Amino acid sequence: MLPRRYRVHSTWAELAGVASMELTPVDGAAVVFQPGQFNMLYAFGVGEIAISISGDPAEPDRLIHTTRSVGAVSAALTDLRQGDMLGVRGPFGSAWPVAAETGRHIVFVAGGLGLAPLRPAIYHVLEHRERYAGVTLVYGARSPDELLYAEEIKAWKSRFDTEVEVTVDHAGSAWTGRVGVVTTCLDRALAGLDPATVSAFLCGPEIMMRFSVMGLADAGVPPDRVWISMERNMKCAIGFCGHCQFGPEFVCRDGPVFRHDHVAQLLSMKEI
Amino acid sequence: MRIHGIEEILSEHPVFKAFDKETLGLLAGCARNEHFRAGDRIFTEGDPADKVYLIREGDAAVEIATSERAPIIVETLHAGDVLGWSWMVPPYRHMSDARAMTEIRAVSLGADCMRTKCDDNPVLGYRMFQHLLPHMAVRVRALRMQLLDLYGTRKG
Amino acid sequence: MPTDAGSRFVIDDPSALVSALLDDGWRVIGPRVGDGAIVYDEIANPGDLPRGLIDDQDGGHYRLRAGREASWFDYVVGPQSWKKWLFPARQKLWSAEKTGDGFDIEPAAEDWPKTVFFGVRACEIAALAVQDRVFDNGDFADPGYRQRRDATLIVAVQCARSAATCFCASMNTGPRADSGFDIALTELADEAAFLVECGSARGAAILDHLEMRVPEKRHLRAAEAASKNAADSQTRRMLDNVPELLRENLDHPQWDIVADQCLGCANCTLACPTCFCSDVEDVNDLEGDHTERWRTWDSCFAADFSYVHGGSVRRSTKSRYRQWLTHKLSTWHDQFGSSGCVGCGRCIAWCPVGIDITAQAAAFAPGPEQSGD
Repeated sequence: MLPRRYRVHSTWAELAGVASMELTPVDGAAVVFQPGQFNMLYAFGVGEIAISISGDPAEPDRLIHTTRSVGAVSAALTDLRQGDMLGVRGPFGSAWPVAAETGRHIVFVAGGLGLAPLRPAIYHVLEHRERYAGVTLVYGARSPDELLYAEEIKAWKSRFDTEVEVTVDHAGSAWTGRVGVVTTCLDRALAGLDPATVSAFLCGPEIMMRFSVMGLADAGVPPDRVWISMERNMKCAIGFCGHCQFGPEFVCRDGPVFRHDHVAQLLSMKEI
Repeated sequence: MRIHGIEEILSEHPVFKAFDKETLGLLAGCARNEHFRAGDRIFTEGDPADKVYLIREGDAAVEIATSERAPIIVETLHAGDVLGWSWMVPPYRHMSDARAMTEIRAVSLGADCMRTKCDDNPVLGYRMFQHLLPHMAVRVRALRMQLLDLYGTRKG
Repeated sequence: MPTDAGSRFVIDDPSALVSALLDDGWRVIGPRVGDGAIVYDEIANPGDLPRGLIDDQDGGHYRLRAGREASWFDYVVGPQSWKKWLFPARQKLWSAEKTGDGFDIEPAAEDWPKTVFFGVRACEIAALAVQDRVFDNGDFADPGYRQRRDATLIVAVQCARSAATCFCASMNTGPRADSGFDIALTELADEAAFLVECGSARGAAILDHLEMRVPEKRHLRAAEAASKNAADSQTRRMLDNVPELLRENLDHPQWDIVADQCLGCANCTLACPTCFCSDVEDVNDLEGDHTERWRTWDSCFAADFSYVHGGSVRRSTKSRYRQWLTHKLSTWHDQFGSSGCVGCGRCIAWCPVGIDITAQAAAFAPGPEQSGD
């Protein structure tokens, strides 16, 4: 329950208001994590927030977090500079089932900053590409200059064994890519696939995930092959404070990754 | 250009392949091949909406221009999509600009011709709307999501 | 006399037991009168235990008044529960000091002397067991809670009477506790005596210091009758199939009815012996070199309890009441394998508008129209 001390090894801007940092532990060894898990990051004297781990699970020594500055704690975290100290508790939560879904065609669907919690799973799948029947990434962002990890996306797109479709909500006329929503993009991506072989991992705003799930269902992807990552208010991350409850689920322990059909009924209700 | 070729092309388009051979023959009379080079304007806001375009190859941008800023692309359409729906409702005028992002091959159907044929043959008219409306519904839903600005920064 | 777990004895009154505990260096926490109610605070001598009091409780109503002069434990539970001590409303978790190149973290020192909870009712023993499962959920355990719990002796009082708000019988949590105590006392009013049950080796070690008598049949019968009377006199009861009933009725019109009454004041969660929600606070000194992280009680009725991304998930009182009731009576089973409710009735008495949890649950049962309470 005590934070472990870490130092900022390096930090860099991703987008306006969004920064990433690589952390190294001060006391003890790096901790292994599963893709989809999160840490509670503590800024001295300010507070703690839950941030997904965005690095490569095969390189636990390089602990990477991508944070958007929206409140006091996230602002303090994105203000940290090389050599600064912070506290880390974790890793917590459930993981993307990358091992269980080998042999399938993995479709990653990400929206906005939702690409950050998915990236560890993308890394893992691409590093073990031969274990999967196929890989597709469908990614939507607000505008071209709000595409997260843009250089990496281009690198993935240039692989012959990976399909990448990117779309933005709106763009200036210099943009030569797609403008529209992730669901439209997803429908097109699925059109070329045998839905029975697809396993989908979704992360982004709840509305986006909800409509994407509908699109996957319409295309015939089996309902027990769709996973989403949820967010709720988290204070303790260990199931004691009660804040993250979602029906009977503690999002910090039973999630944040959920198989969609397990929580579909809850998701369809308002104010649960 | 042979009518026969157009029918074939129409029958391959996702929206129109549902029509029977006879209907396609009827519609082929309103159809012509279209070709745009990258950068060409397809239609301009305010123009009479006298055609609907079935995109076969290429990408089109639907844009809105304002005086105080550069045009904003609000939607891109691609192979298999239908560009233009203002022809279906009065005052039959385009409400946005459309530009070819890449070279485009399309089939256009004349709006007057289509509306006349639908008036003469209500069953055809009903089928037309039956097949076009779902395509429009998908786009309206998508536009609503874009409107929500889901990825925008929230206070908090 | 030799004592072991399961053996029973008779004493005249609890004074000797309290004295023995105090003399043995135990911190004794028991019922006191505070602000017109029964509260749980430190006892310095047997005379601190309130005598001759009885409580009148009902929806939104609690009064402590003079009762049978010679009685020790005719009153039942007040607004506080033992969570006040085991899961304190404010607790320092750790502190941190700035150093030249970062900071050092120091866990908060635990200061818990050997303690006796004196006068724990059966429903409260059940509540302790419920919170035990919360604070050790199989993956994570609160070490401070465990430490305090292990260092605390439980002297139970078997209720001889129920308040109108009690419904432990229908929750199978009382009025008699069969386990979960080190020593249990049953006041035998007509015999002017107490039946003593030894519940553990620790309890036996304490009882070995006391002058006690062998119980006769009349004592055992009186104790049985006391428990039976307490159970039979209960007027409120919880339905049997509540977990499924609530799970299947998340959209029932009853939620709107109760939402009109509920003030969202959170009294129920404060009074409830099993509610465990908490918040954390980071507190700094003026220079900003020293910071402390404190844990405080929180409530799912708080407006920003479910705040995420610029807004709260549960914005309406309706949704927050639904969260509380469905958690307490339904999803608690999925999470911890038991009900979260122990039938103590505190939420009924301490709700300013008298919302009755048993009536609310019943309102979801199909059948003749039932209005909210």
